[in-house]
Amino acid sequence: MMLLPALPILFPLLGGILCMLFRCSLAFQKTCAIIISILMLAVSGTLLGLTSGGVIAVLHVGGWAAPYGIVLAIDMFSAVMLTLGALVALAVSVYACSDLDEGRIRSGFFPLLLIMMMGVNGAFAAGDLFNLYVWFEVLLTASFTLLALDGEAPQLKGAIKYVALNLLSSAFFLAGIGILYGIAGTLNMAHLAVVMAQDVPDGLATAAAVMFIMGFGIKAGMFPLFFWLPASYPTPPAAVSAIFSGLLTKVGVYSLVRVFTLIFCHDTSFTHGLLLVGAGFTMLSGVLAAAAQHEIRRILAVHIVSQIGYIIMGLGLFTPLAMAGMVFFLIHVIIVKANLFLVAGAIRKLKGSYELDRLGGLYRDHTGLAILFLIPAMSLSGLPPLSGFFAKLVLIVAGIRAESWVVVAVALAVSLLTLYSMTKIWAGSFWKDPPADAPADNPELIQGAWRRLLVPIIGLTTLTLYIGAGAGTVFHFSEATAEQLLDPACYIKAVLGGDGS
Amino acid sequence: MEVVLAIVTGTLYAGGIYLMMRRNPVQLIIGLCLLSHGSHLLIFAAAGLRQGGAPILSKGRQYFTALPADPLPQALILTAIVISFAVTAFVLALLLRAFERAQIDDIDGMKETDT
Repeated sequence: MMLLPALPILFPLLGGILCMLFRCSLAFQKTCAIIISILMLAVSGTLLGLTSGGVIAVLHVGGWAAPYGIVLAIDMFSAVMLTLGALVALAVSVYACSDLDEGRIRSGFFPLLLIMMMGVNGAFAAGDLFNLYVWFEVLLTASFTLLALDGEAPQLKGAIKYVALNLLSSAFFLAGIGILYGIAGTLNMAHLAVVMAQDVPDGLATAAAVMFIMGFGIKAGMFPLFFWLPASYPTPPAAVSAIFSGLLTKVGVYSLVRVFTLIFCHDTSFTHGLLLVGAGFTMLSGVLAAAAQHEIRRILAVHIVSQIGYIIMGLGLFTPLAMAGMVFFLIHVIIVKANLFLVAGAIRKLKGSYELDRLGGLYRDHTGLAILFLIPAMSLSGLPPLSGFFAKLVLIVAGIRAESWVVVAVALAVSLLTLYSMTKIWAGSFWKDPPADAPADNPELIQGAWRRLLVPIIGLTTLTLYIGAGAGTVFHFSEATAEQLLDPACYIKAVLGGDGS
Repeated sequence: MEVVLAIVTGTLYAGGIYLMMRRNPVQLIIGLCLLSHGSHLLIFAAAGLRQGGAPILSKGRQYFTALPADPLPQALILTAIVISFAVTAFVLALLLRAFERAQIDDIDGMKETDT
């Protein structure tokens, strides 16, 4: 019980070490990654159950009382993100077992994946800004290596851009931390919330806030800082793209939400207004860039950007309903996005190409795969009764109630254009007749491996269907999470104890 | 002293950004290093500069007679320096590999994976 908040960090660390110790045994690495992912899922589920009962799980590392020591604090929002992270990690581990080539597994795919998950989970659990920075660096360093792993020229080129821009964002983040420490004299997030609610120099606080928007904005892929994303995400194998798209940008979003609900609430009309404007442009630029693409993976990668826009729109509106919509959207989009990349990887495995011009006729030959693509794709575009419809509905209703007409109009138009992009993939690879020079099915693909490849896709699709069917339950849960986010008193009390002031 | 540090930090940022805009990958790395050093100095300066003793209580004392220096920013900077050192080493290795595999010695030669 005491150690519970640390377990999501300790399990992947243990798994990473074990995988490195048994580098020679591929079977051991595969089993280890899957078991560790299941353990992470179990712990996150326990934390989710615990925190939704109103408890905030806090661990004072080393027994040092906050705000002096390092704190791990998990509230409902953290627990939701931990659970989603573990789910995606599980799906990707299972998928990677049958998709990834032996060379990449030998070069250390699984240990890197687990270490990256340690960083991701650490970022979700961190209760201290500098600690958050350190976890960010842990996950980034692992992700740099994952991205460049065994790479040929395009993959290395993508990796260089990814690394350079992420280092730039870390520098911004660090500068923001420095300014904030100068203002408040503390970096514990709960303590910062207390100090920043009192009299602080507004100008400096806003300067720090903008530093954080820049730093996290680059990591999240927000307008106008998203250009590294379409340049690097489509280059590695599908398993890596899937976990990156599902989790890494979302860690940036998570940090934005954490910082802009807890710390920077002094001038919401400026900071959250800026976020809202950014959200509108993010949605628009992402979806327009996707319309120009003709390769499945690139279309999906650019769409990550437009989906990030929706999430930040919820944060920018900053009403209880909008925040609930944001949480709902996060739950929906992480699952759907990772799933779509896995489907794209399966198509590639089958036909050896991502190019829409070279594909076709998949609906006729592989109806099951077509349906497995159609469900997440239509959910992403927000067609009822799938999960994306309800997520967007909540956000748009919140926008209308806040009378932010422009961003509502943008969100609706972007939704329509998303449908266009998804239909383009559908028509290009599933519906139209295959071109004369279309590649035949991969002859090396045996039936058993193909089935195993589809297992995680079927699992994630079922979850999407469930979120759509049980939208009421998920919405009430999101509402409770948003309520906790908007009322930090509970979080502060749990971290600092009764006398924290 | 704050003014001097502010100017140095600003110069480091300016130099870092300038070098990042150059086409040579090595200059990109040096630029990133300068940027992170700028951030380290910023933490150091923003946390307040004061002339105080070490924050260690001598034997038998219950409290400090004079306000000691704040040790936390220095600990933060030390951590950040270690991290940026490791990441710089990784970027160097990455660029070396990119040069070996793809003969990339010009940032402009990496445009085709852009959209």
